[in-house]
Amino acid sequence: MSAHPQGWRRGWLPPAALLLAGVALWEALVQITQTPRWFLPAPSAVAAALGENWRLLARHTLVTAEETLLGFALACLLGVAVATAIAFSRLVERTIYPLVVASQAVPIIAVAPLLLVWFGYDLTPKVIVVVLFCFFPITVNTVDGLRAADRAAVDLLRSMGAGPGQVWRLVRLPSALPYLISGARVAAAVSVVGALVGEWVGSAAGLGYFMIRSASQFLTDRVFAAVVLSALLGLVLFGAVSLLERLLLPWQRLERRERT
Amino acid sequence: MQPRDTQRETRPEGRAPRLALRGVSKVFDGPRGRVEALRGVDLTVYEGEFVAIVGPSGCGKSTLLNIVSGLDQPSAGLILLDDAPATSRLGRTAFMPQRDLLLPWRTVLDNAILGLEIAGVPRREARARARALLPRFGLADFADAYPAMLSGGMRQRAALLRTVLPNKSLLLLDEPFGALDALTRAAMQEWLLGLWEDLRRTILFVTHDIEEAVLLADRVLVMSPRPGRIVRDAPVPLPRPRDYTVVTTPEFVVLRAELLAALRAGEGGAG
Ligand SMILES: Nc1ncnc2c1ncn2[C@@H]1O[C@H](COP(=O)(O)OP(=O)(O)OP(=O)(O)O)[C@@H](O)[C@H]1O
Ligand SMILES: [Mg+2]
Repeated sequence: MSAHPQGWRRGWLPPAALLLAGVALWEALVQITQTPRWFLPAPSAVAAALGENWRLLARHTLVTAEETLLGFALACLLGVAVATAIAFSRLVERTIYPLVVASQAVPIIAVAPLLLVWFGYDLTPKVIVVVLFCFFPITVNTVDGLRAADRAAVDLLRSMGAGPGQVWRLVRLPSALPYLISGARVAAAVSVVGALVGEWVGSAAGLGYFMIRSASQFLTDRVFAAVVLSALLGLVLFGAVSLLERLLLPWQRLERRERT
Repeated sequence: MQPRDTQRETRPEGRAPRLALRGVSKVFDGPRGRVEALRGVDLTVYEGEFVAIVGPSGCGKSTLLNIVSGLDQPSAGLILLDDAPATSRLGRTAFMPQRDLLLPWRTVLDNAILGLEIAGVPRREARARARALLPRFGLADFADAYPAMLSGGMRQRAALLRTVLPNKSLLLLDEPFGALDALTRAAMQEWLLGLWEDLRRTILFVTHDIEEAVLLADRVLVMSPRPGRIVRDAPVPLPRPRDYTVVTTPEFVVLRAELLAALRAGEGGAG
């Protein structure tokens, strides 16, 4: 089944090469122009900052990771629940769905300080900001997925005597799963941003806090170190969702290959 | 077998009717107006019989099977299963829709057991029963394959296995080979002939291909264009077991010509 080991290697090689080339160019430019470190640190300086501050950075990364994961998981639960309610009931669809869509127009950055007022400086407001970022893509995708169930397949099951619960379990949920997972992938990519926004507004720990502290002291190499770590965090979460997709939906890649 | 009063039609000697339609009509009231799909359909399918319905595209063949399966209700008329009026028919027949509708996330084996699973048969037992039939359906090596890996003919055989497995007494097949290329279709027809010899289930088989109907069935019903009615009821005098060589026999050729004429006449009458 996993008979294409060179497939992903070929897939990862170009972006990795481009990234490496970019880093090399950046290093060369900084060295040649003798740019001061507080203005733009060379990649080597960022790496050094990572090494020197790794204990501190690890602590802050853990805080951000916790907020991100909690918010992401909560958004998944909430999104699936709301999507299920929307797909199940026309009343819920008519009343809640437009609000879900409208909620996306609310600037979360403006809401974050309010959360601070209501929930204080600790974990809660950050998790809520992450949920606000992640909720929308998961919900909307899952609703689409639940609606995308093949009517004819539903009829086939009904002709076999299946009740609504069986139709739900055997057709609707499985056909929504790929949609749910692509929603989760988008959410995974933005979730770290949510945590950073939450921290910028007010916090005493986390990568966002660390960035702001370092920037105010012109420790630009440290800012970059935190940026690298938050990007890695997002990538790891994204990768985990993709891995989950491979495990849960082995048939999907076949379908895609068939279509091309 | 329960005793029954004498029927108007006593065609196959002394067999019990499995399915009977009496004056079945169907009118769709849609946003694009009224569509009269069926008008006064009368037909009887007897136990163990292979009956084919031929009709032009859009004459209401799928509508008819949808009604028999219980997915849809007739606007007028009566449907009897095993000689008793049957108003709720869902789960009582084995329906194979026009598209194979294999669930892409289920393997061949797990697609096959869908009907059993819905009927509450434990998965282990259902899988064992399906596995035993895989070789007969030419799918022995594909138990764990996903539908996307199958050829068109294999997909149809998998869908047929799913239809046959729950042991319903009446199979409703809606143009099962309609989407296949000519060679695969011929192979599938011969295969189905052999399978039917083995299983001896009652089959109502819908097609728009006269040759296919004559080759496979004991009796061919010809439907008129929309609104569909049965305009001809012709027994097929060809001996069984059959194979593809019968298509060149005089009986076959004569019957095919006759049915084609009936189809054409129906078309002329409506147009
Ligand atoms: N749900 C529906 N609402 C309105 N009209 C319908 C509906 N279902 C079918 N029809 C109409 O009823 C007529 C018969 O359709 P049906 O699908 O039964 O034909 P068919 O004989 O199976 O055709 P084909 O050979 O193309 O499969 C068609 O004109 C179709 O447009
Ligand atoms: Mg049809």
